[in-house]
Amino acid sequence: MDLLSILSNSLRGAFGPEAAIYALAAVGLNLHFGYTGLLNFGQVGFMLVGAYGTAVPVVAWGLPLWVGILIGIACAIALALLLGVPTLRLRGDYLAIATIAAAEVLRYIYRSEWAEPLTGGVFGITQFANDFYDFNPFSGPFVVGPFNFSANALWVMTVGWGGTLLACGLVALLIHSPWGRVLRSVREDEQAARSLGKNIFSYKMQSLILGGVLGALAGSLMAINTQALTPDVFMPILTFYLWTIMILGGASRIMGPVLGAIVFWFLLTFLDSLLRQAIGTGVIPSGWLESSDVGAIRFAFVGLGLMLLMMFRPAGLLGKQKELRLDVR
Amino acid sequence: MSGDQEQHELEPDLLAEREELIDVERELEAQGPSAGAVRAAEALTGVAPEPGVAKPDPILSADGVVREFGGLTAVDVDHLEVQRGTITALIGPNGAGKSTFFNLVSGFDTPTRGSWSFNGTDISRMAAHKIARLGMVRTFQLTKALMRLTTLENVMLGATGQSGESLWRAPLRFLWSDQERSNQKRADVLLERFRLSHMRDEFAGTMSGGQRKLLEMARALMVEPDLVMLDEPMAGVNPALTQSLLGHIQTLRDEGVTIILVEHDMDVIMSISDWVVCFAEGRVIAEGRPDDIRRDKAVIDAYLGARRSLTQEDDK
Amino acid sequence: MRARVTSLFAALLLTVMLVPGAAAVGASHSPSTTAATVAVPSQGDSAETTTEPEEAAESLRGSIRGPDRQPIPGLTVTVTQDGTEVGTATTDDRGQWEVPLPGPGTYSASLDPAELPEGVAPRTEGGETVTGVIVRPGANQGVIFQLAASGEGDDGSAPVASGPSFVDRFLQLTVEGIKFGAIIAITAVGLSLVFGTTRLINFAHGEFVTFGAVMAFFLSVSPLNLPLIVAAVLAMVLTALLAGVLDLAVWRPMRRQSAGLIQQFIVAIGLALVIRHVLLVFFGSRRRGYDQYNVQQALDFGLFRITPRDIAVTLVAFAIMGLVAFMLQRTRIGKAMRAVNDNEDLASASGINVERVVLMVWVLGGALAGLGGVMLGLTQTVFTDMGFQLLLLMFAAVILGGLGSAYGAMIGALVIGLIAQYSTLWFPSSLQNMWALLVMILVLLFRPQGILGRRERVG
Repeated sequence: MDLLSILSNSLRGAFGPEAAIYALAAVGLNLHFGYTGLLNFGQVGFMLVGAYGTAVPVVAWGLPLWVGILIGIACAIALALLLGVPTLRLRGDYLAIATIAAAEVLRYIYRSEWAEPLTGGVFGITQFANDFYDFNPFSGPFVVGPFNFSANALWVMTVGWGGTLLACGLVALLIHSPWGRVLRSVREDEQAARSLGKNIFSYKMQSLILGGVLGALAGSLMAINTQALTPDVFMPILTFYLWTIMILGGASRIMGPVLGAIVFWFLLTFLDSLLRQAIGTGVIPSGWLESSDVGAIRFAFVGLGLMLLMMFRPAGLLGKQKELRLDVR
Repeated sequence: MSGDQEQHELEPDLLAEREELIDVERELEAQGPSAGAVRAAEALTGVAPEPGVAKPDPILSADGVVREFGGLTAVDVDHLEVQRGTITALIGPNGAGKSTFFNLVSGFDTPTRGSWSFNGTDISRMAAHKIARLGMVRTFQLTKALMRLTTLENVMLGATGQSGESLWRAPLRFLWSDQERSNQKRADVLLERFRLSHMRDEFAGTMSGGQRKLLEMARALMVEPDLVMLDEPMAGVNPALTQSLLGHIQTLRDEGVTIILVEHDMDVIMSISDWVVCFAEGRVIAEGRPDDIRRDKAVIDAYLGARRSLTQEDDK
Repeated sequence: MRARVTSLFAALLLTVMLVPGAAAVGASHSPSTTAATVAVPSQGDSAETTTEPEEAAESLRGSIRGPDRQPIPGLTVTVTQDGTEVGTATTDDRGQWEVPLPGPGTYSASLDPAELPEGVAPRTEGGETVTGVIVRPGANQGVIFQLAASGEGDDGSAPVASGPSFVDRFLQLTVEGIKFGAIIAITAVGLSLVFGTTRLINFAHGEFVTFGAVMAFFLSVSPLNLPLIVAAVLAMVLTALLAGVLDLAVWRPMRRQSAGLIQQFIVAIGLALVIRHVLLVFFGSRRRGYDQYNVQQALDFGLFRITPRDIAVTLVAFAIMGLVAFMLQRTRIGKAMRAVNDNEDLASASGINVERVVLMVWVLGGALAGLGGVMLGLTQTVFTDMGFQLLLLMFAAVILGGLGSAYGAMIGALVIGLIAQYSTLWFPSSLQNMWALLVMILVLLFRPQGILGRRERVG
């Protein structure tokens, strides 16, 4: 057992491109749930349209990547309108079911044979983000202590974390404005906000669009990071990851999703490396667990973590427990 | 809610409470009628105490408003006018349709048919938030304090026409900071008036029930309404606070704001209302000055009839 | 206002639906299909976490020849399971193709009639798809597509031929839809009752289904080797036990602390993840079928064909539905459940022990879900994502029928089952779940309270 390498793996996971991507998507989710009270369980759908919006125009029509990213954003706005019009008038739990179903519907459409000419169906599409890497200012790998990232990963990380921090800044500005005040009042009590002349539907829609666009940008970056895209990456479980991240960090805290993503990925990679090493070195006898089980165990722990968090510390790491108790729902 | 009321009934010092209220009433009477009350009485002189009677200067006027739930008719109001600058009370036994009528005219429920206008503008089926922006604001039977907003934020939310509430301007503080500052001043004045200044930066969720009622009223005033609709403002409030709430309501009327309130407590209603409308089984069965209503046979029948079947309470 | 919004929504929906279709028509052959004989990793989380080390021992294969016995090269054959694409292959010069499978089970293979040479068509309408191919462990199952020379153009024989066969397919799909709907129904009743009594949307309900199916699998293989029917009953008991224990250990304490519904809802999601992935560790990511009743000759009733197993499953499901209805209507505990469902405070005030009723609802829901899981495993295959996939259809059924209404859930389930099956008359079978979910979203748009749901008062 090499604890040092496990730790350095975990640290790499905590700050790697995936953590940045998840953080960005969770910032969007935080705007939905943390500040507006929308039970969006289809954030992965926004990531999906963002990712395919980015990749398809490049592969299918030979457009430059930045146009693709814009198309991805446009798709997210269209999806938010499509999803919001029927569901934002409904009670919260209906919204949860409708959003998770909508995300699944999208995944079915994108992997269907109809869409295959564009999306490559279940086989997906690859190699569309070379434009992005052409702009990579880093020439060599980055090695400092436990950190060891390739030049490309470093570039994705820079853009990812940079984008996440920008998004956090924007959310902070918005939330501390009268606009944010209305948003938070919608979270607390829609009827009260309505009685004071606020068009709550419009605010919920704005929140859905804005958070959805952040999700789509995260999806774009996810596609760019792997340079390969299949619809089955966007399973509902990805949304559950984002919820865990948001609640772990603290919902309705500006930096909650960022801290949540870092801690989440640290723990996830830690568990992964630990189990793999334990199985590899025979600490866990091979009859008990195979290394192919590690993925499943990891997911089970995510679930357990989400349960325990929600039961015992629903405010997360940054939240104030006292404030949460005021929540009467 | 029904629990609340039960508790109220069971309170041992019920009599003491009553006495206190009577004291309040006497006190108010001793002061003599306020300027607003005099003005309201003058405006209503010569208006006959009969259902659907026309008023000299109606601020709200409803025609044929009907709301059916399944086969049940909850509200069926032929014609009703509310005189500007008065305190008009809606009374009636439980399930008489007062609250439903409230919800209908404020846009929180959609009627089966009917039309109504506010300040001469037809507002039938208008979205609730638009009605509020026109200057007709309501409160709720169960107070809706925005728990995880501070008291100040709760009140500030009421201000209309805030340019910082648009998504595009929101991140650019300099575009709305002036307006925000003046709104804040106004909110502070309101908090002072309702004696909530000490709670200014606390979460509204930490307030007591009575303070929340006051907060709700302050928040409604922040909209600068012409008409305030109060849905059982005294429900579940201790006698001391009732007194101060009554005072606030009368002051508002004296300032020229029209007030419609739904209330169960007859003593309260008779002491402060300029005009009383009595509902039973969804219809307006009587209206008039408090003295007319006291003597009205239909009202007495409705209440006595309702007393007998009071065991079953409706929940909204 | 509402009409305007609705039509806007409809227009947007239409656009989104049309775009991929138009693109598919506009674009020529996709480049990816040419390099298509690759195995697609099995479905689910395993796809991103575990790279399957086991070779897929099972496969589907065949050789396609035209009516003139000449091989037809370059045809794309798509293999699906429960609407999920498993893989595709292209016929080689000898007309041969082979698709590796993730495991034994029931598959469908289809070819694209548009790719057939001119003058060649499936012998029967719908013959481009061969459904219900049962693959035994380790088998390389052959699939035969029957092709014939098509009519000489405009003598109108094609429409005449397609008339009755459309009706045939319709009837066949009706039978399949009722079977599938009945399975959804008995699982959805529990979901609906739990919601009705506790207001909790139990995201872990799908995992009860998986749990039941997997338990029955383990009980029916060595070392126990129980007959499947015994295993099914035991699995039902075990699932009921799991649900009951979870109510006592997780939900009751949370209710006692008056935890928020959102809080409970998220705990349910966490719980679903735990159950599913613990099962995944023990069961593995492969799809497996039960040994018994796996291969059966379908009985031909003239109008439709059905295996004795499927008849039994359908009848048992309906019998269970009848029993549940009887219980709710006639027995003490059933009446108590309905009372709590209607108004918890009133029920509790009239002396009903609400906590006990809620526990019974969980146990009942668990038992039904466990049994439903075995049935689903029988008619399809057992895999750890089966419950979650079914859960979304259960949601659709429950919302269609009206949240909290047990009978609504049953009716909604049958509708959803039929919609899923009928959609394959016109659309790819891989999209059948999608149509069911789309219908649910449309119901939310026009009648959110569902078919039998009560309209809730506002304000």
